[in-house]
Amino acid sequence: MIPAQFDYIAPTTLDEAVALLSQHADDAKVLAGGHSLIPAMKLRLAQPQLLVDIGRIKGLSYIREEGGQIRIGAMTTHYQIESSARLREICPLLPEAAGQIGDVQVRNKGTIGGSLAHSDPAADWPAAALALDAELRAVSSKGERGIKAADFFVDLFTTALEQGEILSEIRIPIPKARTGQAYLKAAQPASGFAVVGVAVSLVRDAAGKCEAAAVGITGVASKAYRAAAVEKALAGASLDEKMIAAAAAHATDGIDANGDLYASAQYRKHLAAVYARRAITAASR
Amino acid sequence: MAEKYVGQRVKRTEDPRLIQGLGHYVDDIKLADMLHVAFLRSMYAHARITSIDTSEALHAPGVVAVYTGQDVSSKIGQVPCGAALPDLKVPDHRVLATDKVYFVGHPIAAVVATDRYAARDAIDLIIVDYEELPAVIDVEGAASNSTVIHEHFGDNIAYKLTAGEGDIEAALASADHVVKQRLVHQRLAPIAMEPRGVLARYLPGEKELTLWSSTQIPHLMRTQVAIMLGIPENKLRVIAPEVGGGFGSKLNVYAEEALLGWIAMQLARPVKWIETRRENIQATIHGRGQVGYIEIGCKNDGTITGLRYNVFADMGAYHQLLTPAIPTLTGLMLSGCYKIPAIQMNTTAVFTNKMATDAYRGAGRPEATHVIERAMDMVAAKLKMDPVEVRRRNFPTPEEFPFKTATGLFYDSGNYVGALDKALEMADYSKLRKDQAAARKDGKIIGVGVSTYVEICAIGPSAATPAGGWESATVRVEPTGKVTVLTGASPHGQGQETSFAQIAADALGVDLNDIAVVHGDTAIVQYGIGTFGSRATAVGGTALVLALEELTKKATRFAAHLLEAEPESLQFEDGKFSTDGKSVSIQEVALAAHLARNIPADMDPGLSATRFFEPKNFTFPFGTHIVVSEIDRDTGDVKLTKYVAVDDCGKVINPMLVEGQIHGGIVQSIGQALYEELVYDDQGQLVTGTLMDYAVPKAAMIPWLELDRTETPSPVNPLGVKGVGEAGTIGATPAIVNSIVDALSPFGITHLDMPLRPELLWKIVNNAG
Amino acid sequence: MKKAISVTVNGVVHHQDVEPRLLLVHLLRDVLNLTGTHIGCETSICGACTVIIDGQAVKSCTILAVQADGASVTTIEGLGTEANLHPVQEGFWEHHGLQCGYCTPGMIMAGAQLLDRISSPTADQIRHGLEGNLCRCTGYQNIVEAIQYAASKAK
Repeated sequence: MIPAQFDYIAPTTLDEAVALLSQHADDAKVLAGGHSLIPAMKLRLAQPQLLVDIGRIKGLSYIREEGGQIRIGAMTTHYQIESSARLREICPLLPEAAGQIGDVQVRNKGTIGGSLAHSDPAADWPAAALALDAELRAVSSKGERGIKAADFFVDLFTTALEQGEILSEIRIPIPKARTGQAYLKAAQPASGFAVVGVAVSLVRDAAGKCEAAAVGITGVASKAYRAAAVEKALAGASLDEKMIAAAAAHATDGIDANGDLYASAQYRKHLAAVYARRAITAASR
Repeated sequence: MAEKYVGQRVKRTEDPRLIQGLGHYVDDIKLADMLHVAFLRSMYAHARITSIDTSEALHAPGVVAVYTGQDVSSKIGQVPCGAALPDLKVPDHRVLATDKVYFVGHPIAAVVATDRYAARDAIDLIIVDYEELPAVIDVEGAASNSTVIHEHFGDNIAYKLTAGEGDIEAALASADHVVKQRLVHQRLAPIAMEPRGVLARYLPGEKELTLWSSTQIPHLMRTQVAIMLGIPENKLRVIAPEVGGGFGSKLNVYAEEALLGWIAMQLARPVKWIETRRENIQATIHGRGQVGYIEIGCKNDGTITGLRYNVFADMGAYHQLLTPAIPTLTGLMLSGCYKIPAIQMNTTAVFTNKMATDAYRGAGRPEATHVIERAMDMVAAKLKMDPVEVRRRNFPTPEEFPFKTATGLFYDSGNYVGALDKALEMADYSKLRKDQAAARKDGKIIGVGVSTYVEICAIGPSAATPAGGWESATVRVEPTGKVTVLTGASPHGQGQETSFAQIAADALGVDLNDIAVVHGDTAIVQYGIGTFGSRATAVGGTALVLALEELTKKATRFAAHLLEAEPESLQFEDGKFSTDGKSVSIQEVALAAHLARNIPADMDPGLSATRFFEPKNFTFPFGTHIVVSEIDRDTGDVKLTKYVAVDDCGKVINPMLVEGQIHGGIVQSIGQALYEELVYDDQGQLVTGTLMDYAVPKAAMIPWLELDRTETPSPVNPLGVKGVGEAGTIGATPAIVNSIVDALSPFGITHLDMPLRPELLWKIVNNAG
Repeated sequence: MKKAISVTVNGVVHHQDVEPRLLLVHLLRDVLNLTGTHIGCETSICGACTVIIDGQAVKSCTILAVQADGASVTTIEGLGTEANLHPVQEGFWEHHGLQCGYCTPGMIMAGAQLLDRISSPTADQIRHGLEGNLCRCTGYQNIVEAIQYAASKAK
C-alpha cells in the first residue's frame, strides 16, 4: 500500500524534464497520470529513486488537427479522448477505446502517453495505436524523433523509448473518407484489463469492398501486435459475414499466446478470432 | 403493542453519519502518541525458518520495536479454536510463527514504528532464512500426503466424522437409481470492504487495556484475548466501532488482535495495525473449501430414498475460532427442504498449507444447499422429470412441521410449496420453458435453474454452540424520557440500530428518534454473543422484546402508584398509562422512577430492564430462487437474464433491510457461481492475491433482482422472525449453477463445478476439450 | 526530502510539507483528519477512496499528494451537510443504498460524478458508471435506485 521512498521533481518544461532524465539515467522514472506506475510502486514492484512528474509541464494535454494528423498530447487523459466529440466524428476508434479503459476514475486521471509508455500487454491503447498507424513522438536532450507504433512495443513492459526519452505526442493520420473503426474487448472481470482487445480501422472503396484494413490486437501476447494476416485477407475483400469470419480466423497467426488462470492460450486465440470478427463487422457497418 | 414502526420501511438511523463520511471505523480513530504496526509475512507456503535477523530493521528511522515469534510465543497464549469434536487435532497456533511457516501470509514478525510508512519500510529490512518444504495443497490428497504439516500428528487429518441417521446402505439399495457426482466448493475470500484493523491502548496506572477492533464479536473476543494475554477480563475493554462488513470473516479471534494488545502493554503507547487488502486475502479466514462425493438414491417417481455425502474438508494450516465446525453445519443441512429417510455424511477434515477456512456468509450451509440442490437436478435429469416436480414430490407439507430430518434437526415451520408457487408465478415458469424450447431451436443456449432451499438460523441454542447461543438486551428509559437500548448482538452493516429501535419504539409508544441503540462496547453493553449465523434479530431482538416486556411491567407499577390505581386497571397505549380519565406518560414515569420521591416501597429506583434470551431451537428460513441464463456460443460468456427470488424469513421488522440482505447475499452467490475463486498453485503461492485477480462482482455484472416474500412465522420466538443475513448466499448459488447446467444439458452436461468461467463453458459448447 | 504543497480541500486551503511518496488519501485521512475517504484495496480497484479533484472523480490512493498541489479537492465531508444533503447522499438514505457504509463515501462521489456527466442515466449507465467502485453488502441494486432518485431529485 505504501511506496518506497523516492525523490520527486516536477519540471515545468519538457527541456527541463529530459535534462533531468539524462542526468539521472537509471534511477529516474517519468510520472504521467500515475495510474500504471503508482499501483506498481504501492506493491513495491517498482521502486524508482526519482520521479520526474511531467504533469506540471504546460502544453502536453491537447487534441488537435495539424498537418493531416490528429495530434494528442501525451498527458491527455483517457476521459478527454473518450469525451471528444470531434474525435468521435473523425476517428471514433480513439474515444471507443478510451471509454473501455479501467473505470471512470482511472480514465479521469490516466493518460494516453503514460499507458503507451508502460506497454502493459493487456492495455487497450497499444491495440488502437497500432490499428491507427500512430506515430509516437519521443523527446530527449538529443532532440525529437518519431517512432511508428509498429516499432514502439518491444516486449512486456518494454518500448522502443530510449533512456532519457519522454513520449510527448501521439500522431495519427486523419482517417480517410469511408473509414470504419471499432474497438472491442473481452475484459478480465477483476482487473478490467483486456483478455483480448481488438482495434480495427478499415477503409472501404466506392463499391463497399475493403480497400485496406489495420488490425491491432492486445491482451493475447507479451505485446500488442498488428494482425498482418487478417489485414491481408481483408484487403480487397468484400465485407460479408463469411469473408470477415475467414479473415478474422487469422487473428493469432504466428503469435505465441499467453495463458493464465482466467484464459488459456487456446481460448485467448479463439477469443481473438471472435473479437476480430466482431470488431471488423462493427467497423464495416 | 401497536405496530407503528415494525413491518415498515423505516429509513436507517445509522445512515446520516455514514453518507457524510462521519462514521468511525478503526482506522479513523487516532490517539495521541500512537504507533503503527506492520507485519512481515511468509512468502512460502511451507518452510522452516532457520534464522531471522531484525537488527537492521530495529535501527531504521522511526522504528520503536520489532517482535518475532521467539519474543512472544511464551508470553501470549494460543490463537483459540472454539470448536469441539471427537478426536479433533488442534495444532499449536502461536500469534507469530516460531520455527516453521505454514502458509503464504503467515505472520513472522511485527514492526512497530512512529508512522505507517516507517513501519512498512522496516519490513523490507528484516532478513529471514527459510528452508523450503514441500507444500500440501491438494485437499483430496492431503490425508495421504507424505509431507505432514504438523509433524507430531503423524498425518494431515484434523478429524474424521460420520453423521446422519437412517440405514443409508438399505436406502440406496432400495432406490431405482443412484446418481453419483463429485462436487467442488471452491475456496472464497470474504472481502469485507473494510479490511481488519486493531487499535490497542494500555493505561499502566489503571492497568486497563482497550482494543478497538473491526470485529463481529466484541464480548467473545474480550474473553479470549484476556485469556491469551493472561490479564483479568474486567481489565480488558473491546470496542467494535463502525465495522465495515464482516460476512463471518470478523467472527473470529485473530493473532493480530492479541498481539497488538500485548505490544501496547509492552510499550505503554497506543498501537494500531490496519490490514492491507493483500494481507486480507492471504491471512483473513477463507470460506468453503470442500471436495465431496454425492450419492443420491431415488425411485422412478422421483421420491428420494437416501443421500450420502463423502467429503474432504480443507481446514487450512491451523484452526481459527470455528474452522472444524463449519463442515458439521453442512452435515446438518443436507436434507434441504425434502423428506429424505436416510442421510449420511462422512467427513475427512484435512490440514493444508493455506490460510484457515472458517465461517464465510452461510458457513457450511451453502455447501449443503449446493449438494442437495444440484443432486435434485441430477435426479430430475436422470428421470427426465421437471426439476420443479422432483422438488415438489419430496417437500413436507406445511402440516408436517415441526419436521424432523435424518440429520437430527426439527425444522420449526415452513410452507415450501407456497414459496415455490409464488416464484414460479413471478417468473412465469411454464412460459420460460416454452421460450427456452423455442430459443433452442434458434440455436440459443438458454437455461432455467431453480433452487428451493432451507437454511438454519438464529444460532443458538447454547447446547449447540461453543460459547453460548443466547443473546442479551438492556432497555433504559433515562430521566429525560430518552430510551437507551443496549444489545449484545453487535451489528456490522445489518441495521440493528434501526430495526431494534423500531421494536422498542412500538413497545414503548415513543418516537423512533428518541431511541439510541448502543452496541459493540464491552464496557457499556452487558455481555453478549454477537452478530453472525443470522441470529441478531431472532435471538438478540427477542432478548430486546423480553427486556421491553419487563420494563413495561415495572413502568406499569410505577404509573399505577403515580395514578393511585391498581396496575391491572391501567391501559398502556401510545406511550401513556391511563385509567379512569387520568394518565401519565412513560417519560413522566421514568422521571418519577429516577427521582424516587414517590415510588412503591418495594421497588428500586430507575427504569431499566436487562434480559437474556435462550432460544429453544434454531429457525429455518426457506425460499425459491429461479434464474434464467444465456450463454454466448462464441465466447462462453454467461448473462443472467432473469432473477426471481421468493424468500421466507418469517415475520419482517423492516422489509427494506430484508431486501438489502437478500440482494447482497445473492450477489455474493453470483460471485461464487461465476467469478470468485481463491487459487493456490502447487507450491502454495496464492495466485489470486489482489483484487486485480480475485473478481468481486461489480455493478454491471449483476442482473435486476426481482424479489418477493412469503411470511411463515417462526414459533421459536415471540417476534416470529427467522433471520435473513445468509439466505441469499445459500439459496442463490445452486439456482445459478442449475440454470447454466440446464442450458448446457443438450451438450450432455449434468454437472459443472464453480466458478463457471467463460472458457469452461465455451469448451463444452465447442467440444474443444 | 519533503515538498511544500498547498491543496484546497472542501474549500479550505491547506499548506503542508509532505514526503513525495505520501498518497493523497493519507494526506486527507492522516494529516487533515478527513477520515470519510476510505481505503479498501491497494490496486486501484475498489474505489472506496474516490474524491473529486478539480471536478473529476479520482481514486485518491492512486495519486500522490504532491500531484494534487494547487488542486481543489472535494471529499465526502464537503459534499453536503446533514441539513442540506447532496441528492446522491439523500438517495442512498432513501433507498437503503448502504449497509456497512464503508464503500459508501467513494460510491457517493462516483455517483455525483456520474450525474454531473449524465443527468438522467439509465440503470445500465449507472451500473457502468460505478465500475470503479466495489460494494460487498448491497448487491448494487439499491445503489442504482439511489442514483436514479438523485437524478430525478436534481431536476
